[in-house]
Amino acid sequence: MNAKVLILCILPAMTQAQGFSGLGSDAAGFTLPQPHPQFEFPADHGAHPDFRIEWWYVTANLTGPDGTPYGLQWTLFRSALAPAVRPGWDDPQLWMGHAAVTTPTDHFVTERLARGGIGQAGVEAQPFAAWIDDWHFDGIDEGTLRATGPDFGYDMTLTAEGPLVRQGEDGYSVKSTSGQASYYYSQPFYRIGGTLHLPDGDVPVTGTGWLDREWSSQPLAENQTGWDWFSVAFDAGTRMMVYRLRQSDGADYYSATWIAADGTSTPYTDGEVTATPLEETTVDGHTVPTRWQVELPAEGVDVTVAAVNTQAWMTTSVPYWEGPVTVDGSAKGVGYLEMTGYD
Amino acid sequence: MTGTVLRALLSHWRRNPLQLFTLLAGLALATALWSGVQAINAEARASYDSAAATLGEGTFDQLTRSDGQPLTVASYVALRRAGWLVSPVTEGRLDGVRIVGLDPLTAPGGLGPVQIADGADVGAFLSGQGQVFGRAAALAALPAGPEKVESPDVAPDTVITDIGVAQRLLGRDGQIDRLIVAMTQPIGQAPLSEIAPELIRKVAQGGSDLGRLTDSFHLNLTAFGLLSFAVGIFIVNGAIGLAFEQRRPVVRTLRALGVPLRRLMVLMALELALMALVAGGIGVALGYVIASLLLPDVAATLQGLYGATVAGTLQLRPVWWASGLAIAFGGTAMASAAAFWRLARLPLLAGGSPRALSMAAGRSARVQGALALVLLVAAGALALTAQGLVAGFALLGSMLIGAALALPLILDRVLAMAERLSRGVRAQWFWADTRQQLPGLSLALAALLLAMAANVGVSTMVSSFRLTFTGFLDQRLASELYVTAADPADAKRLVDYVTPRVRAVLPIQSAPAQIAGFPAEVFGARDDATYRDNWAFLSANPDTWDAVAAGDGILINEQLSRRSGLSLNDAVTLGGRQFAVEGVYGDYGNPIGQAILTEAAFEALYPDVTPLRFGLRLPAAEVPSLVEALENDVGIPAANTVNQAGIKRISLDIFDRTFTVTTALNILTLTVAGFAILMSLLTLAALRVPQLAPAWAMGLTRRELGLLELVRAVLLAVLTALVALPLGLALAWALLAVVNVAAFGWRLPMFLFPLDYLRLGGFALLAAALAALWPAWRLARTPPSDLLKVFSNER
Amino acid sequence: MLLTVTDLRKTYATADGDFDVLRGVDLSLDAGQTLALTGESGSGKSTLLHLIGGLDVPDGGRIVLDGTDLTALDDAGRARMRRETVGVVFQQFNLIPSLRVVDNIAFQARLAGRHDGAWCDTLAERMGLTPQLRKYPEQLSGGQQQRVAIARTLAPRPRLVLADEPTGNLDEAAAAQVLALMLELVTDTGAGLLMVTHSDRLAGQMQRRLHLSRGVIA
Repeated sequence: MNAKVLILCILPAMTQAQGFSGLGSDAAGFTLPQPHPQFEFPADHGAHPDFRIEWWYVTANLTGPDGTPYGLQWTLFRSALAPAVRPGWDDPQLWMGHAAVTTPTDHFVTERLARGGIGQAGVEAQPFAAWIDDWHFDGIDEGTLRATGPDFGYDMTLTAEGPLVRQGEDGYSVKSTSGQASYYYSQPFYRIGGTLHLPDGDVPVTGTGWLDREWSSQPLAENQTGWDWFSVAFDAGTRMMVYRLRQSDGADYYSATWIAADGTSTPYTDGEVTATPLEETTVDGHTVPTRWQVELPAEGVDVTVAAVNTQAWMTTSVPYWEGPVTVDGSAKGVGYLEMTGYD
Repeated sequence: MTGTVLRALLSHWRRNPLQLFTLLAGLALATALWSGVQAINAEARASYDSAAATLGEGTFDQLTRSDGQPLTVASYVALRRAGWLVSPVTEGRLDGVRIVGLDPLTAPGGLGPVQIADGADVGAFLSGQGQVFGRAAALAALPAGPEKVESPDVAPDTVITDIGVAQRLLGRDGQIDRLIVAMTQPIGQAPLSEIAPELIRKVAQGGSDLGRLTDSFHLNLTAFGLLSFAVGIFIVNGAIGLAFEQRRPVVRTLRALGVPLRRLMVLMALELALMALVAGGIGVALGYVIASLLLPDVAATLQGLYGATVAGTLQLRPVWWASGLAIAFGGTAMASAAAFWRLARLPLLAGGSPRALSMAAGRSARVQGALALVLLVAAGALALTAQGLVAGFALLGSMLIGAALALPLILDRVLAMAERLSRGVRAQWFWADTRQQLPGLSLALAALLLAMAANVGVSTMVSSFRLTFTGFLDQRLASELYVTAADPADAKRLVDYVTPRVRAVLPIQSAPAQIAGFPAEVFGARDDATYRDNWAFLSANPDTWDAVAAGDGILINEQLSRRSGLSLNDAVTLGGRQFAVEGVYGDYGNPIGQAILTEAAFEALYPDVTPLRFGLRLPAAEVPSLVEALENDVGIPAANTVNQAGIKRISLDIFDRTFTVTTALNILTLTVAGFAILMSLLTLAALRVPQLAPAWAMGLTRRELGLLELVRAVLLAVLTALVALPLGLALAWALLAVVNVAAFGWRLPMFLFPLDYLRLGGFALLAAALAALWPAWRLARTPPSDLLKVFSNER
Repeated sequence: MLLTVTDLRKTYATADGDFDVLRGVDLSLDAGQTLALTGESGSGKSTLLHLIGGLDVPDGGRIVLDGTDLTALDDAGRARMRRETVGVVFQQFNLIPSLRVVDNIAFQARLAGRHDGAWCDTLAERMGLTPQLRKYPEQLSGGQQQRVAIARTLAPRPRLVLADEPTGNLDEAAAAQVLALMLELVTDTGAGLLMVTHSDRLAGQMQRRLHLSRGVIA
């Protein structure tokens, strides 16, 4: 799954009380995802206000002129208090932006909050534009991406070099054995380049990027405490997405998608894929696995996934771990790892 | 052993209940006044802090439109989209309650006291009818609508809510009053002047405006509290000293019986600590009573003088009751330090006979005199050179302590001189005897001195402030009527309507600016006789207003002059133009700098500013009909007009409240001083009998002796008052000319109020006479047999 | 007759009930006469002295001093008698601590309006106090203090001098010296002297001697 940080509640005070559990609560009034969706583009690139939560999530593995690996994240979350859109301050659509740049030694993070209705944040499908404050992501196939924080920023251009990929069953991504699900598609074939603005100066970078689009109203089951999500771009041109949803009873729920170089995808469900922590790191008081063994036997994958910078903790109002990884073993590549619920 | 020793020590208090009472009452009174004042200050400051936190004053820079108009949502969003992390605030009053609307999503952390904690619902706060957070009283005043959530952290008379809810409640859709600028801003921001040139940035001042503005008031209260405490400690010191002296035989006996000195001292310290705890507890409770009685007046004063809202009811804050107890312990320690020191150095055999209170304490008198001289010389030097708050307080401290130390010596000299000059034998004996009483009374008299000096000083300062401020109001509020228009169109209609109907229309327009690097407000004044006739300057060139009207002159207020060092004829650059300072005027109660240009020069510099406020000159009798006409014909509600007489009445009312507080504190401190005198006299009464018995035996009646005791107390009070008056005036001078200047940037002229001083002197004499009445009466009623016992060995 | 005491009675209220200190005392004294009053402790001799000196008020009987009935006087009248007619020397604490020796000596005379500087100087000189005149009482020895008290008593030339164990606090040598000086000066001024003592040796130096026992003259 591409289940990223879910924000039912945006305010810090609330999130402390709520954390990542309890996200599978009722979805009164909100539309629920149904199997066999028919996505319509470009309309579905835009917001779906009748669903509770939604995100536009870009991650990228970048390389500087001297070969230094970098990671980049640009995320816009939408969280609705009610399934409606109203003009002005009364709009129940709330928005949250997360941006980060990870180097082998540093991890820069920043966050923005806004409400819809006044134009401070939003997403338009045609032409595609997603923004919060001065951050923006314009254009799906040929796009620009910008974010700024107190001590960093970036300006990027994106070019899609492959088709959109529907995750799960035609874009219907099941999150638990009890049927929680989301709509989920990705653009895993971005070529990306641009400039990172870092405290030591600007760095020109190039690399590969990955866009996740997901919307839902009740993505997690009551007993699910967090997740581990991997996106991998193998050197051979293939892509892989794996997630593990951890349950309070100790059992895990797995899902994966194998994406051929031409964009053809094969979904794998629980029991066909595993991810096993090999090494843990304590960061900001939280212990998280930062080296993993990921196995997808059906595709001959048995790889070790290691964090470029183990300290990639997102000190946002909902904290989590997110950063670039290197992949070694049966195949080599780079990717992104996200881990939530490690309280 | 410990128990036995402790019983022996404590038996002293059972035998001398009066001493015990003196000790406890003195300490309790001292603690009460101190903690009462602290409670008031703490309450007021908590109110300012919660208000400041609500508004982000002091912590965050603010953006407002330079023309004073509200901002639009579009310009807010434009700023956000240009990378400016700003958060909108809309505020206003509804049914007397200040409504503050915030955007919780963009408000910087730490802004707003609302801890949306248990049970709070973001959905409820941000949508539908929303929620308002405030104290119960404020919530009760609001009409039904949003859900009311009680939150004691919110400033009094204020509610906090979502900006959308606030705009709806206030009927101000889409209007934003100001933007709070987050402390950390992202990189790559465009400069403000490119995105929003109409906005000006007000730099955070560190600490709330209200806090700084009201500091002077709190300074007074604190000075009072501290002095009262000092007075109380004098009492305690006297009581402890006497108790230790009287217990010297017991101590000697106990030591002779083998009790180690160290254990004795520890036990006596424990005993005092216990008393400090008891007295401190009583004092804090009394302080709470004092504070809750005075707080409504203080709150009204602060509200009226400075617009600072302070809750009229007191909360039990741990800070002040803890500090009250701490100061009770500290005071006891201070008061007993000397007694312990003497006890520790006492040879085992020397402790037998109680040391007589004698006048032959030559060496210590010389030391005391030298110390007093050093302090007073230091005070004199500081008075000539002192600049800044610390030096100002050093001046106050050395002056007061020096005077308190010098007082017994001065009185001794005066009495010795009177003794030499007196003719009759009774008079001679009276002076000599009075002089002999001095050592025993000097602590109480020093307490009276401090209390009276504080009263003279503070009341001179407050009264000078009142006189200056009311004069200043006369100057500033020269127009008979002030009218505020809602918008420029409204303003135009107003001007068109009133111009043929009044003698003069004086627009009031201002713009924020930086002058010589200091934040200031620039006003544009129309050339009018009103200003020429009414304005008083601290310093000015001849034909000031002509020079200003010519367009090249500028007037600045005293604060700006002092802070920037600008004085007459200096050049001021504003918007690339040069102006010469033509005059400096007093501007009391204003925390920031101010400057005045002529209207034309102002309009050239700030073409965007449209005046919305106007002063109207017309015969006072026509004011009511004009107000009515404005409401009916122009549609300006009466609420937007302010009548000069009304403002002045309110100001005077405020001052009356201030005086209530000052007078109450005056009386309280004098009461404490009177109590000190009473206790000293009662303590001395036992020692007096052997001194008076020979005079009685030789033919003075007891009635005469009692009367002389009374006269003596009053006389000493008079002499002390004579010393206290110049000391109090010096105190007032130091407060007005040094402390005020350092703290607030303006110097108040000092006025003298002889009648007040006379009344105060009367109070002091009354306090002394009341204090001496009972001891004197007791003396007059002493049975002859008690007097005769003095002469025989069978006492 | 300088002093006539008739059927004098005085009762004190004590914790054990009323105690009759004097139960009908009769006594008389001529000018220039010296009289010793002896008796056990508690026999009432100090009380008798206090009553004669106008320091206390009797419960019955009469005291006529220099032609004035003391028992008919009010507080102010008795105070005037103390100032003008009587001089009292007590065992201790005779002096006013706040005044110098010279002022103490002159004090009563000035109160009585009969101050005579030369006489005071003479008294001081004969009492051997000249070097001590500028001192305060607390700076003197016990014997010196009593000599000041005697000088002070004699300064206004009282008609009657009352002395209550005037040497009781002194050692024997000092006592003898002080007593000798007092007798000498009293005789010189022609005043009457009534001295309370329990010393037979001192009583022996007086012209007359009365013994008080259980509140009556024995």
